[in-house]
Amino acid sequence: MTKQDPPTLSSSEMLRYARHLLLPEVGLKGQQKLKTARVLCVGVGGLGSPLAFYLAAAGVGTLGLIDDDVVNVSNLQRQILHADRDCGRSKVDSAAEKLEALNPAIRVVRHHTRLTAHNASEILQQYDIVADGTDNFAARYLINDACVLLGKPNVHGAIDRFTGMVSIFGVPGGPCYRCLFPEPPRAGQIPSCAQIGVLGVVPGLIGMMQATEIIKWILGIGESLSGVLLRIDALAQSYQKIVLPKDPDCPLCGTHPSIRHLNEETTEGCTLPSRTDNEREEQISPRDLKQRIARNDGIFLLDVRTPEAFAQWNLGGHLIPAEQVAARLNEIDQSSEIVVICSVGIRSQSVAEFLRAHGFSRVRNLRGGLHAWLQESDVPSVVKDVVREEAMQ
Amino acid sequence: MTIQVNGKAYALDEEVPLPELLARLQPRKPFAVAHNGKFVPRSQYDAHRIAANDQIEIVQPSVGG
Repeated sequence: MTKQDPPTLSSSEMLRYARHLLLPEVGLKGQQKLKTARVLCVGVGGLGSPLAFYLAAAGVGTLGLIDDDVVNVSNLQRQILHADRDCGRSKVDSAAEKLEALNPAIRVVRHHTRLTAHNASEILQQYDIVADGTDNFAARYLINDACVLLGKPNVHGAIDRFTGMVSIFGVPGGPCYRCLFPEPPRAGQIPSCAQIGVLGVVPGLIGMMQATEIIKWILGIGESLSGVLLRIDALAQSYQKIVLPKDPDCPLCGTHPSIRHLNEETTEGCTLPSRTDNEREEQISPRDLKQRIARNDGIFLLDVRTPEAFAQWNLGGHLIPAEQVAARLNEIDQSSEIVVICSVGIRSQSVAEFLRAHGFSRVRNLRGGLHAWLQESDVPSVVKDVVREEAMQ
Repeated sequence: MTIQVNGKAYALDEEVPLPELLARLQPRKPFAVAHNGKFVPRSQYDAHRIAANDQIEIVQPSVGG
C-alpha cells in the first residue's frame, strides 16, 4: 500500500461504513486502510462479480477491472453484476456502472483489455493485491507468475460444476500456484465451465471467499489462506482445508527458479490459448461477420457442429463436424478467408487453431459462436432456444 | 489394511511408497496429492510411505471463473 497519510473519511462515508467502524478489528484505521487499498480484479464474470461488488461496498478505494469480454445472456445465471439489458456491452463498463452506483466514494479503473505477458507488469504495478477471477489456465499461470515476480499477493479462486477452491498465493514466504500445479495442463485436459457447467451460486461462494481474504489482507487481521487450499463442495456443504507448503523445487518461487521473467511460452498449451495482440485478428465478432456476409465478400463459413444441430438451423455454411475436419481438409477452400462456427465458440476455436497449424493462413473463429450471433439477431425465439439448448449440452 | 482416497475406502495389502499408490490409482493429470491433510511436492513423493488409515486426497485444478 502507498505510504501516505491516511485519507480522511467524509461524514457520509462515516455513515456508510458505520457497521465496520463498530468492529474493533476494522474501526477508523481499518476503514482508512480499505480506502487507500488498490485491488485489481482480473475478470468480471462469475467470480469477479460478487467479489468486486463486496469490495466496492466495503469501501476499497481503488478497484481496477480488467476484462475484454462482452456480456452474454448465458453469463447472467451467475455473473450478478450484469443485467439483461447489458447483453452485448463490455463487461468492464457494465460492472463499473453498477459499482459506481453502489458506492460513489470509490474509484473504479476500467481496463478494456486482456492481461498478457506484455502488459501484465505495467498494469499490476498500479495495484497492491490481485484477485484472479479468470476462466482459463493461460491467464491463471500468467497472473501467478506476474504476481510472484512483482511481489504482489494473488487471491486465487476457481470453480467447476458444484465445487471450487480458494487460496492466496505469492505472499512472502508462502507458496504459489506452481507449488501446487507446477505446469499448466495441456489443451483439453481440464474442461471449462462452458463445457461442463457450473451451479450459479458456486462462483458466488468462492468469489465471496476471495473478497474475504482480500479484506483480511488489507486490514491485516485473521488467519490468511496463504499456505492453505480451501475446497468447497456445494452439494456436500463441505469445507476442506489442505495445508499447502511452499515447494523448494518450485520452478517459479523455489530455491533454483527456472522462470525468471514473463513470457507466453510458460503458459503455452493451456485449455484456452494465451491471448496475444494478434488474437483480435483470430476472432470475428457476430456483428462483423454479419456485415461481411451482407457484403457477400467471399468468406468460407465452416460449421463444425453435429449434422443434427446443423440441420436444425445454420448460416448456410459448409458442414464438417469438428472430429472430421482433419480427414476432410481438401473440402476447405484455402484461397478464401475462413470463419469457423460452432455453438459457443470453443470447438470452433480448436478447429481454427488446427487449421492455422496446417497451413491455412486466414482463419478466424466466430467469437461466442452461434449463441452470441443470435443474441444480436432478429430471429424467432424458437430458433434461439434450439441453439441455446445445444450450447448448454 | 485400508486407506482413504478422496473420502472413499481403498484396500492395500501392505504399506507402499506414494509413487506406487499413484501408479495403481492412475489419476487424471494434472493433479496434486495431499497426504494426511498436507500437499506433497512432487520431488518428495518417494519419501512418503502410505500406511494403514492414511488419508489421501487427489486434487485436480479447477479453471472456471
